Amino acid sequence: MKALDRKLLRDMWKMKGQVLAIVLVIAGGVSAFVMLISTMMSLNLTRDKFYREYAFADAFASLKRAPEGLKYRIKEIPGVKEVETRVVAGVKLDIKGFTEPVTARVVSVPDAGTPLLNRLYLRRGRLVDPWRDDEAVVSEAFAEAHGFNPGDRFGAVINGRRKSLTVVGIALSPEFVLQTRPGAISPDYKRYAILWMGRNALSNAYDMKGAFNDVVLALDGDADLNDVLARLDSLLDRYGGLGAYGRKDQMSNRFLHEEFRQLQRSAEIFPTVFIAVAAFLLNVVIGRTVLTQREQIAALKAFGYGNAAIGAHYIKLVFLIVLAGAAGGIIAGVWFGKGLGRIYMEFYRFPYLIYELKPSVAATAVLITAASALAGTLHSVRKAAMLPPAEAMRPEPPARYRKTIIDRLGLGRFLSQPGLMIIRDIERRPVRALLSTTGIALSCAIMLAGTFSTDAVDFMINVQFKLSQKEDMTVVFTEPASRKAVYELAGLRGVEYAEVFRTVPVRLKFGRQSYRTTIQGTEKGNRLHPLIDTRLKPVELASEGIVLTDYLGDILGVKPGDMLTVEVLEGSRPVRQVPVTGLAGQYLGVMGYMDMTALNRLMREGNSVSGAYLSVDALHQEELYGKLIEMPRVAGTVVRKDEIRNFYETQAKVLLFFTFMTSLLAGTIAFGVVYNSARIALSERSRELASLRVLGYTRAEISYILLGELAVFTLAAIPLGFVLGRVLCAYIARSLSSDLFRVPVVVNPATYSLAATVVVVSACVSGLIVRHRLDHLDLVEVLKSKE
Amino acid sequence: MSPKEAVFRVRGLTKVYEMGTVKVHALRGVDLELYERELVVMLGPSGSGKSTLLNILGGLDTATGGLVEYRGRDFTRAGELELTEYRRFHVGFVFQFYNLIPSLTARENVAVVTEIAKRPMKPEDALALVGLNERLDHFPAQLSGGEQQRVAIARAISKNPEVLLCDEPTGALDFATGIVVLDAIERINRELGTATAIITHNADIAAMADRVVHLSNGMISEIGVNAVKKPPGELHW
Ligand SMILES: Nc1ncnc2c1ncn2[C@@H]1O[C@H](COP(=O)(O)OP(=O)(O)OP(=O)(O)O)[C@@H](O)[C@H]1O
Ligand SMILES: [Mg+2]
Repeated sequence: MKALDRKLLRDMWKMKGQVLAIVLVIAGGVSAFVMLISTMMSLNLTRDKFYREYAFADAFASLKRAPEGLKYRIKEIPGVKEVETRVVAGVKLDIKGFTEPVTARVVSVPDAGTPLLNRLYLRRGRLVDPWRDDEAVVSEAFAEAHGFNPGDRFGAVINGRRKSLTVVGIALSPEFVLQTRPGAISPDYKRYAILWMGRNALSNAYDMKGAFNDVVLALDGDADLNDVLARLDSLLDRYGGLGAYGRKDQMSNRFLHEEFRQLQRSAEIFPTVFIAVAAFLLNVVIGRTVLTQREQIAALKAFGYGNAAIGAHYIKLVFLIVLAGAAGGIIAGVWFGKGLGRIYMEFYRFPYLIYELKPSVAATAVLITAASALAGTLHSVRKAAMLPPAEAMRPEPPARYRKTIIDRLGLGRFLSQPGLMIIRDIERRPVRALLSTTGIALSCAIMLAGTFSTDAVDFMINVQFKLSQKEDMTVVFTEPASRKAVYELAGLRGVEYAEVFRTVPVRLKFGRQSYRTTIQGTEKGNRLHPLIDTRLKPVELASEGIVLTDYLGDILGVKPGDMLTVEVLEGSRPVRQVPVTGLAGQYLGVMGYMDMTALNRLMREGNSVSGAYLSVDALHQEELYGKLIEMPRVAGTVVRKDEIRNFYETQAKVLLFFTFMTSLLAGTIAFGVVYNSARIALSERSRELASLRVLGYTRAEISYILLGELAVFTLAAIPLGFVLGRVLCAYIARSLSSDLFRVPVVVNPATYSLAATVVVVSACVSGLIVRHRLDHLDLVEVLKSKE
Repeated sequence: MSPKEAVFRVRGLTKVYEMGTVKVHALRGVDLELYERELVVMLGPSGSGKSTLLNILGGLDTATGGLVEYRGRDFTRAGELELTEYRRFHVGFVFQFYNLIPSLTARENVAVVTEIAKRPMKPEDALALVGLNERLDHFPAQLSGGEQQRVAIARAISKNPEVLLCDEPTGALDFATGIVVLDAIERINRELGTATAIITHNADIAAMADRVVHLSNGMISEIGVNAVKKPPGELHW
């Protein structure tokens, strides 16, 4: 090895503490990047492979009922490669030992066997016998949640008739990677199932002989999706079509897409902060190294090392640190990525997870880090390279101190001598003080950004479920019914109060924009389900017109006063012009809201209702569930408490994982910045501090001078971190918002204090390490040495 | 003595440092030759321009005016690359404060230079020449000042330079150690025939030189020639 390289390694070893701190920060950034990107790419790869191999459809449509013959007309639409008609229905399940209401979506499999599109991946067992009407294949997540094995039986109410079904297989489908009940906020594997049954059996049960109510299409690669959807809509229109949609609006796929977007966004934000901090730390450390090695550089130059050789020497130092950090980060990132992948696999039901770290991802991480490290240190490296050797022979002039503002204001006399030293030192290097403070503040900000989602979600849940949905359960009818149906419900034992609602599937159009959603009609003065906006104000529904979710207003480009075209996708399918009376902020979903009477009028129907909100006496709850299962008119029941509980259960692991990761990473940054600042300060001032010790100052007093400065930085960093953190939270919230949900920027005091705690604890740990060194400061050694 | 060929030829050399509005005239027209195999001692009060002159001769600094020739080659206006090459292959430098690299052992400190030289000695041989063959693997912090300076000399001569420039090599040393160091320099000059210039504040050291150059106020005030050189062992101060 070259002597100069040996010098490099020994120099690194000498400042191993600082090098390690920077390596950790870089490793933190790289691991976050690798973890997030590799998880995203692996899920992507897995998804694409699963979609391809199991023929995930390109277009989807539900309708009321169409003759099977229509299939051939659909097939003639240019661009359509494959058509599969199906019978799909909602059923209620009755599972022994599980009293809460369970609903399922049952999808037909063709009599000929396996479906052409959205094929099933059979984990266990077999497909249904086409002629049996008591066999079902169940989704894996549901089977796991209830411990079902092939051969087990459970009850189902299919079109009002109770049946006992035998589980013959357990399967996965590209159509239900994420198994979420329509309208729910999170997948619920206990209370929502996907079942596959024979087409023949379902046709019999639902009076669909020679007919279908659901169709999925595969398209040619070059097909024009929008054109196909429009043609399909016009074919299905007279058969009660509910509007065709492509993959991008398919629920499971949509949720996956959103999750990837979130991973991608995080992969942009978090590593950027780390790498910026690492660049700053390198800047300080390399700058200091070059300064202390001035005379060595001069000697090397005197012996004929050129500028390039000197520059390369320090760049090597930077790159070694970067490489160590990146290598550690990649290893940790793969490890974390696999862990995160496993957690995601509990949500996303793929048959397998192909974990893959593309070399290009690792290379990108290394390149980005190296480039920013270089950018951060270029100034110092240049300074070293260009150092005129004759000048470097001369000792560095003593640092220039000035009277500070405090002095000039005459406040100095209120401070002790050490206090003055702290203040002067901060004032002497304002840029570094600012950067150190910003660095520590960033760790605080990262902490907030990584953990605020819990608060945001809590807030959303609170608004959504506690303030706005006060009902104990929601009962949905199979078809619009008259109010009489509600009296029937209200008469059941245990029901204390019932309130009706009407939901109508519609397509809203304004100008060239159109959006498929539902209009929710509520009665005036309802108590159980008041409409509340994001500012927690009740939303007034006029007796004419429609209120839209503000996000939907943005999508459509409408504002209050505009006339909106409403195409109803139900019943006689009227098309109406409705004035927009307002926009209301909402966190979940997007839809239209109307006064129920106005909605009934728009539909030209009597007082039809789609379901009811019930408030229920907990004593009779189970008895009530039993009754509801038996009622043919009731399509399903959702219990609010269960839904909230399920939400937290499903999210808990992911949230915990991210909170843990974030704390770890933020702690690393705070530790790295504080430790490095302390070490640099120590190296710059050890002579001065040793002299003070000789003059009789105690260890505690000199620690105070050195660490006092860092305490000032840390304390100043926390409020700054709060501000930066909020900005970061707002950015994340904005970039994640979609028509599925909008994340509120809510940060609870507990989250602020957790962030501050992580920062303070990390700062204290590094302060203690430096304090330890300070206590062992060898007075003679320090005062003897030239530097 | 055989016909002397000049290693350096300096004519009308000036050096002005500009410090803001103040101009410091460090050299005000120096004329000087340094011949092959010769040992020259430069004396002069502090601030008289000794280091400035030596730095320019060593290619560490450039002159403001005048001419510097090394073996007939003018490098007064040489660029950075040319100077680097000149330093690399022709000059050995010894500094007042040794300027060793603290993270390298004695042997490695020498190797730093031999690794980039054209026909270097082995680091061990260079260290043997200054009597340090026992201390090859010691770090500078484990060596005394005199030993460190001898490592610095070994480092300077290890490339077999044509000139050896020493800026107050004994400045930081006591008498006895100073003699050991001067002895090492003198041996190099005698045995390898390396043209050598030594800056010192100590007039007594002048006795070991072929010629003594007195500088004052940026100019050469006097050049003395010693008919008889004293070996360093016989010096005292
Ligand atoms: N980089 C510089 N910038 C400004 N002035 C300088 C610089 N280097 C040297 N000088 C000035 O030039 C003059 C000559 O300096 P030089 O170092 O050559 O003196 P010297 O004879 O070596 O003194 P000493 O015996 O104290 O080392 C001095 O007045 C010094 O202050
Ligand atoms: Mg000098």
